[in-house]
Amino acid sequence: MSKIHVTTTINGDPTEFLCEADETLLDVLRDRLGLTGSKEGCGTGDCGACSVTVGGRLVCSCLMLGAEAEGQEIGTIEGMAEGESLHPLQKKFIEHAALQCGICTPGLLVAAKSLLEHNPDPTEEETRYWLAGNLCRCTGYDKIIRAVMDAGKDMREAS
Amino acid sequence: MHYHSPTSVEDAVKVLAAQSGDCRILAGGTDLLVRMRSGLAEPDAILDIKRIDGMRSITREEGGFRVGAAVSGTEMAEHAALVAAWPGVVEATGLIGSTQIQGRATMAGNLCNASPAADSVPAMVAAGAVAQVAGPNGVRDIPVAQIPTGPGKTSLGPGEFVTSIFLPARPDRASDAYLRFIPRTEMDIAVVGCGVSITLDASGTCTEARVALGAVAPTVIEVPEAATALVGTPLDDPALSALSAACSAAASPISDKRGTVEFRTHVAGVLARRAAVIAKTRAGAA
Ligand SMILES: Cc1cc2nc3c(=O)[nH]c(=O)nc-3n(C[C@H](O)[C@H](O)[C@H](O)COP(=O)(O)OP(=O)(O)OC[C@H]3O[C@@H](n4cnc5c(N)ncnc54)[C@H](O)[C@@H]3O)c2cc1C
Ligand code: FES
Ligand code: FES
Repeated sequence: MSKIHVTTTINGDPTEFLCEADETLLDVLRDRLGLTGSKEGCGTGDCGACSVTVGGRLVCSCLMLGAEAEGQEIGTIEGMAEGESLHPLQKKFIEHAALQCGICTPGLLVAAKSLLEHNPDPTEEETRYWLAGNLCRCTGYDKIIRAVMDAGKDMREAS
Repeated sequence: MHYHSPTSVEDAVKVLAAQSGDCRILAGGTDLLVRMRSGLAEPDAILDIKRIDGMRSITREEGGFRVGAAVSGTEMAEHAALVAAWPGVVEATGLIGSTQIQGRATMAGNLCNASPAADSVPAMVAAGAVAQVAGPNGVRDIPVAQIPTGPGKTSLGPGEFVTSIFLPARPDRASDAYLRFIPRTEMDIAVVGCGVSITLDASGTCTEARVALGAVAPTVIEVPEAATALVGTPLDDPALSALSAACSAAASPISDKRGTVEFRTHVAGVLARRAAVIAKTRAGAA
């Protein structure tokens, strides 16, 4: 069967790919485009390791078809640092030791960035609710929450 | 598998009519893609409704709101007028999954997935919501309560799909609320869900009510006896107790790992009372 031709934008770069109709965006990103930052933890929408943004909205790329990316603006973890310079959230994750194995980290960073774009000054409770769809089996979440709150503070002061 | 993404309802109806195999409608995909991955669904084709004109908009109509079948929970929560008119429907839809799921999940998908525990459905039924359905015989309007017929089953005919959900106009002093019980605070399936919608008159007497329960029967159920318990009262303690009793009596749940029959039956009454109190406050009762 013929593949579907998709034209999209990923991290600001016009991108084209061919995919099968039943291929998820996560599989396209990882297996066809070599963007392996997005992880597959569950494949069923529960863990958030595959989080990306589509048109500015946070979604699970495991629950979206590659074909649905046609004409969309996709944002992945690969678009977060600017060259060698890390995003404030990335710096704070390192500073607060908010990661151990790192599997959940790309998804958490993408989700946290999306939070701070929607709400630059979230309460701890708002932060915990926003990130409830991102599971971490290592850190116990506290360090992650502290890193996000701290990054938010720095970003507010810088702007 | 084939992927179709038509841009008009007419084209979608044509594509559906031309299918010989299993063609599934794709809205947010938060149920469908999970089922495909687990092998529970192996469609020959998918029809994505998100590019169809009008599917992604919320429009005013006859004082009410028409919510396109591809509008996500997040988009509903961002619509201030919709939140003001139907806070219970918006909060019920907002309980579905995480931030990521909210960015995609739709009310129409929640309805057509036909889970007895679907969160937005009791709220829609309490709201008297009407689904607009397009198909080979044209367009028809059908009360939301008549769409699910059993777990995973709907009354939609071959080649039919929901194009929008209509939430009617509200008089002054009217509001709604939805509550569910889950063992945690996020990311779980309702053990019981309850939607209550009420209208009060100037003196605070309830003139109209609708109550619906989720997860206590094979489909979401409307409980007319519960509404009767409220109408003509100021939603005082005796009325709320009668409401609770009617909801517990209407519940015919199963026992599973999430809750026993006894627990669900009791909680149905408790949630109904609490939801009614919230709706009353929102409606502006003194
Ligand atoms: C992690 C996670 C958590 C979840 N939590 C909850 C929760 O708390 N509460 C809850 O109720 N649900 C929950 N769900 C289930 C799901 O997210 C909801 O049922 C959601 O509303 C489905 O909407 P959708 O647009 O994604 O549907 P889709 O997956 O696109 O479709 C669902 C079904 O309905 C059919 N369908 C969709 N749209 C139409 C239409 N317009 N006309 C006819 N048929 C149609 C599809 O073919 C499919 O069979 C959860 C799912 C996940 C993955
Ligand atoms: S891999 Fe997508 S949510 Fe777990
Ligand atoms: S650091 Fe291992 S899962 Fe989060």
